Amino acid sequence: MKNDIILSGVGGQGILSIAAAIGLAAVANDLFLKQSEVHGMSQRGGDVQSHLRLSDKPVHSDLIPYGKADLIISVEPMESLRYLPWLSKDGWLVTNSAPFINIPEYPPVEEILKEIRKIKNHIIIDADVIARESGSIRSGNMVILGAASPFINMSFASLEDAIRKLFGRKGEEVVEANLKALKAGRELSGK
Amino acid sequence: MKRLLLLGDEAIAQAALDAGMSGMYAYPGTPSTEIMEYVQSSAEAGQRNVHRKWSSNEKTAMEAALGMSYAGKRAMVAMKHVGLNVAADAFINSAMTGVNGGLIVVSADDPSMHSSQNEQDSRFYAKFAMVPCFEPSNQQEAYEMVFDAFEASEKYRLPVLIRITTRLAHSRASVSLKEALPERERSIPSDPLQFVLLPAIARKKYKALLTSYESLKYDLRISKYNTFKDGIKRDLGIIACGIAYNYLMENIGDSQVDFPVLKIAAYPFPKDLIKDITERCNEILILEEGAPLVEEALRGILDNGIKIFGRLDETVPRDGELNPAIVAKAIGLPVSFGSEVPALVKMRPPSFCKGCGHADMFDSLIEAIKEYGPGRVFSDIGCYTLGALPPYSAINSCVDMGASVTMAIGAADAGLFPAVAVIGDSTFTHSGLTGLLDAVVKNSSVTIIISDNSTTGMTGGQESQATGRIEQICKGIGVSAEHLKVIVPLRKNHEENIRIMKEEFEYRGVSVIIASRECIQTASAKRKSAASGN
Ligand SMILES: Cc1ncc(C[n+]2csc(CCOP(=O)(O)OP(=O)(O)O)c2C)c(N)n1
Repeated sequence: MKNDIILSGVGGQGILSIAAAIGLAAVANDLFLKQSEVHGMSQRGGDVQSHLRLSDKPVHSDLIPYGKADLIISVEPMESLRYLPWLSKDGWLVTNSAPFINIPEYPPVEEILKEIRKIKNHIIIDADVIARESGSIRSGNMVILGAASPFINMSFASLEDAIRKLFGRKGEEVVEANLKALKAGRELSGK
Repeated sequence: MKRLLLLGDEAIAQAALDAGMSGMYAYPGTPSTEIMEYVQSSAEAGQRNVHRKWSSNEKTAMEAALGMSYAGKRAMVAMKHVGLNVAADAFINSAMTGVNGGLIVVSADDPSMHSSQNEQDSRFYAKFAMVPCFEPSNQQEAYEMVFDAFEASEKYRLPVLIRITTRLAHSRASVSLKEALPERERSIPSDPLQFVLLPAIARKKYKALLTSYESLKYDLRISKYNTFKDGIKRDLGIIACGIAYNYLMENIGDSQVDFPVLKIAAYPFPKDLIKDITERCNEILILEEGAPLVEEALRGILDNGIKIFGRLDETVPRDGELNPAIVAKAIGLPVSFGSEVPALVKMRPPSFCKGCGHADMFDSLIEAIKEYGPGRVFSDIGCYTLGALPPYSAINSCVDMGASVTMAIGAADAGLFPAVAVIGDSTFTHSGLTGLLDAVVKNSSVTIIISDNSTTGMTGGQESQATGRIEQICKGIGVSAEHLKVIVPLRKNHEENIRIMKEEFEYRGVSVIIASRECIQTASAKRKSAASGN
């Protein structure tokens, strides 16, 4: 079993908490894991990515080779396209549709979505709207993770456990909001 | 056995704690920052009262760590690669004095310059100083090397360099921990002259250093990290250093291609193993993350020996970070590829946060300096360097920490008027103070704007040594009170700030303008933690 995942977004959007949740679940499942993160300069509103590699065998490279990613999880639509060189022919792309516009020449969102729809396996969701509906505007991340969860080779329950661990310190309310967001995302991609 | 999910940086920090380190010294710098941050947030370090405060710069950090080693305790100092330039005087001479308690210097290189001015390779420094160098390929190895590095340091009485690169520093993996060792007892060096590098003593010590460097490669603590695995092929043998080994294994690990492979993860070079692989194989490919250090040594000046492929013949690109595709290509394997990035995807460079005080300072500066023409603003390294990018395009230099002040002095000496320096608060206390003293002593015609956000912003908001002290420091150095101005970079003060800047540009002497407003990131982090009650 191997699961190579690219997480993408803009600095400050919090892709690292998605990474942390998958990481915790991987450890609980006794999988080998390497997860490379971006720190430093590009965290200031620049594009950020994380390579997450899960396997039942030791993982060598910290970076996913081009064309080998099974999944791109993106919290921003234009950013989801930046990593297409890594996506395998049968890979899935799961992205938020809500743009993060902090550059003047940001392309029209419709054009971006058109490009995303050209990809064989894609799921586009408005995570911000769904997060609001499920009661916590700040858990858009977990909606996306939920939507991507069918393509991660670990049980849904183990992701739920990971979220309990990850947010446990912040209290039961925060845990519940994030679990709800995760489920809402999962239900959407089930459709 | 306890296992933790750790960044490469964190694995090194955890190992140092487990190996009985008594003091951690550092100045922030990507990708090394998380080493100190891990120690600072470690409950155990708190209980043991391990030293874990930031230093003003890498040189002061290196020297303080050497002082702790002098007193018999294990110490570690961490920095980004360019920090080792700042600490170089202390580092090179610490090889001459030698150590008492074990001393590890961690230098984190940044090939491809994700967050740096250059991609210098710290392994050269180890060779230059003639000290052992470890180059871990993964998090577990990094953890274990720290124990061996401390031991080797104490056995040979030498500082030891651990060289990592961005990918390892910022990649997480599961690490199993060893049994923790107690801290060392305090002791002073048995030879009272060990640390006295008077020429007569230094000459003797240098001879000893030359001898010990030769014997290092036979030491098991070092040699065990260099491993040879024979293969059935005889046409091509591969030497892979540090993290390059991972990219190689990614490509050949599970396949039938069976090259003889020599992994190098500790220096000085394993001469015997290199001789062995070159005798077995007709051709050698060398994979190194960083500069072609091993490759140059193997080729020699005449390069007329065995056929060698590497960075110098561009089998591997001469610059930049390695990746699985580069290595696949170098060994003749097919390179997979997804699909092209659609043309509509735009670059998203880093930018000022909304509401950043640096941005307001630049708005005023641009207005104030307009009438004098372009090319008069020297700057430095930090968030404010983003002022180089449009729409600001407000600065004309960013070289090394502190260079804004001193380059402005030199340009003023050449008659450039006005000569303006823009420097951040942490950069100012890192390396701006001495330049300011030069300016004051010579009465240079410079205007120095200290853009003070009360934090070390670029590297994630560490405490700044300058906080609350800048005015006093400037006065103490001798800046006159009339030309020491404090402004608040806010939209509402724009006109007033332009006026003050213009006035100070016109003054033919040293002016300092402190543009002071807290970083909005640290301010909002403080608000959040106050709201949640911690
Ligand atoms: C010798 C050296 N050490 C460390 C760094 C890493 N570094 C770059 S910017 C920076 C922080 C500068 O802080 P400050 O001057 O306060 O400016 P701010 O980012 O807060 O605007 C650091 C530590 C470096 N580039 N060179």
